[in-house]
Amino acid sequence: MNETAMHDWRTNIPVWRQMEASPLPEAAPHEHAKIVIVGTGPVGLAQAIELGQRGHDVVVLGRFDFVPAGSKAICFSKRSLEILDRLGVGGNAVERGVIWNIGKVFWGAEADPVYQFDMLPVKHQKMPGFINIQQYHLEDLLLERAGELPNIDIRWGHDVVLVEPAGDTVRLDVSTATGQYQVETDWLIACDGSKSTVRDMLGLDFDGRVFEDNFLIADIKMKGERQSERWFWFDPPFNSGQSALLHKQPDDVWRLDFQLGWNIDREACIRPENVDPLVRAMLGDDIDYQPEWYSVYTFQCRRMTRFVHDRVIFAGDSAHLVSPFGARGCNGGLADIDNLGWKLDLVLQGKADVSLLESYNDEAIVTADENILNSTRSTEFITPKSRISTIFRDSVLELANRFPFARGFVNSGRLSTAVCYRESVLSTPDIDDWKAQGVPPGAPAIDTPYGSGWLLEQLGGEFTLLVHGKPEFELAGAKLLDIAEIADNDLLIARYGLTRSAAYLFRPDQYVAARWKSPTRAMMEKSLLRAKGAAMSCA
Amino acid sequence: MRLITELNIADPDGIYERLIALHDGCSDEESMRINARLVLLLINHIGDPEAIGEALACAAGDDS
Repeated sequence: MNETAMHDWRTNIPVWRQMEASPLPEAAPHEHAKIVIVGTGPVGLAQAIELGQRGHDVVVLGRFDFVPAGSKAICFSKRSLEILDRLGVGGNAVERGVIWNIGKVFWGAEADPVYQFDMLPVKHQKMPGFINIQQYHLEDLLLERAGELPNIDIRWGHDVVLVEPAGDTVRLDVSTATGQYQVETDWLIACDGSKSTVRDMLGLDFDGRVFEDNFLIADIKMKGERQSERWFWFDPPFNSGQSALLHKQPDDVWRLDFQLGWNIDREACIRPENVDPLVRAMLGDDIDYQPEWYSVYTFQCRRMTRFVHDRVIFAGDSAHLVSPFGARGCNGGLADIDNLGWKLDLVLQGKADVSLLESYNDEAIVTADENILNSTRSTEFITPKSRISTIFRDSVLELANRFPFARGFVNSGRLSTAVCYRESVLSTPDIDDWKAQGVPPGAPAIDTPYGSGWLLEQLGGEFTLLVHGKPEFELAGAKLLDIAEIADNDLLIARYGLTRSAAYLFRPDQYVAARWKSPTRAMMEKSLLRAKGAAMSCA
Repeated sequence: MRLITELNIADPDGIYERLIALHDGCSDEESMRINARLVLLLINHIGDPEAIGEALACAAGDDS
């Protein structure tokens, strides 16, 4: 193992960066806060920045006084990068990370892939299909950004030990090394991970299923030129009857992931002398490498029945857990905070009714269910549960060599992409025939070059009306972008079906709320109200 | 070739899931019978003897 890695003496968790334990707040022992976020992981930090950028005071409570090391999320999707870009860390993440767009799937000893896919089928977008970056590097970037915002107060080593809903507020008891204090907060956002203490203390459900399988993660440091692609093997000679995965991370770190089966000695599996033969069998006898981090994991798919419980809102792993196939864990969490941020902002500003938050509950559950469905299907394909299921799986792989159709069935993980909210009450259904062109209501914007920059940069984080030719009126509460004013708008017109006098209304999270071929002022105003939850408060 | 060998269904993962679920809790014998019935139903639906002939050859592995 990496001998230089420090471990926290209380929890035995490996430490990436030691932080200074935060003192008691000035207002202790009784403090009032507008928003408290529990959790200093990527989801909690991103939520803090999202709300901080919108001008809100945010207290972030972290149980530990360090950023943990070890193997955690590494794959971040284009959509997550677009969200992170709006939070001011997208560029740095891409620079720090390893870009990849191509995934290859191998079967058995065959040297050629049976199937390969491109995570960026639509080119000319600012962000790549995926990057790999160690979670702690991303947390470093988020912490740096949060540090630039004076209204974000991150407290390290502040452990929530009691949560008590009290009407329009939530009371928290917080324990620190130097004593306890109480916070009464208007809103509590629980981003405290799969073992959420907030969820447990409120006695809320977290149902789902456990998969009976073990996987070995071997993060190793290895110099040398290999392509930054996702390589996945079904039944490779070096891990017979099981699967394996290879991914590149920054700093010459490679993630090797080996399926092990259910009845194994977990302690023995992570001993370097037992990992070494697997590593060499995958990458070659002659490689020179150092172990970074070995661990064995199992996984579960679970979610809470509801994510919004009055003034307590759950986001990320605290609300939903998926199997790792498809990189849908942390990416799903970032989708949550993206969805919640602008809604809570409008509610706090008094520009929307509190019932708008119910649409967070609905849309985040759509996302969670899609992620759970996809990762469960991938798991079934990767680890068939019966003889007949194995026969079908192997037949698909066999046919995939010869027939294109079967490649569509090969499922080594359907990688995270933005989820569409097809039934969202915030969307205005189409009244025009778009002939299957453009981006429908409930779908996220597709990035496109815009002048010397990008469309998503232009959309930013507020309601935006994207038009082709200025309308004769202004839509109050929405920024106007007229593509007639920019040269070279052919691609925009093509991607959005934005013929002259057509218009799109985007939500602050860059999802399409409505679109028209030739809108009237009344239509736009109605759709904007609807996107702010008008239909929900009447319901 | 009359047989469609490009992907011809919108949601392969969903169909595959239903196909596997069809065999939940079945013995090997039962699964073989289910598969046989399924093949017969689909063959009849396709109807075109040329396409069926090509599919038979592909399944046997002697297409190339």
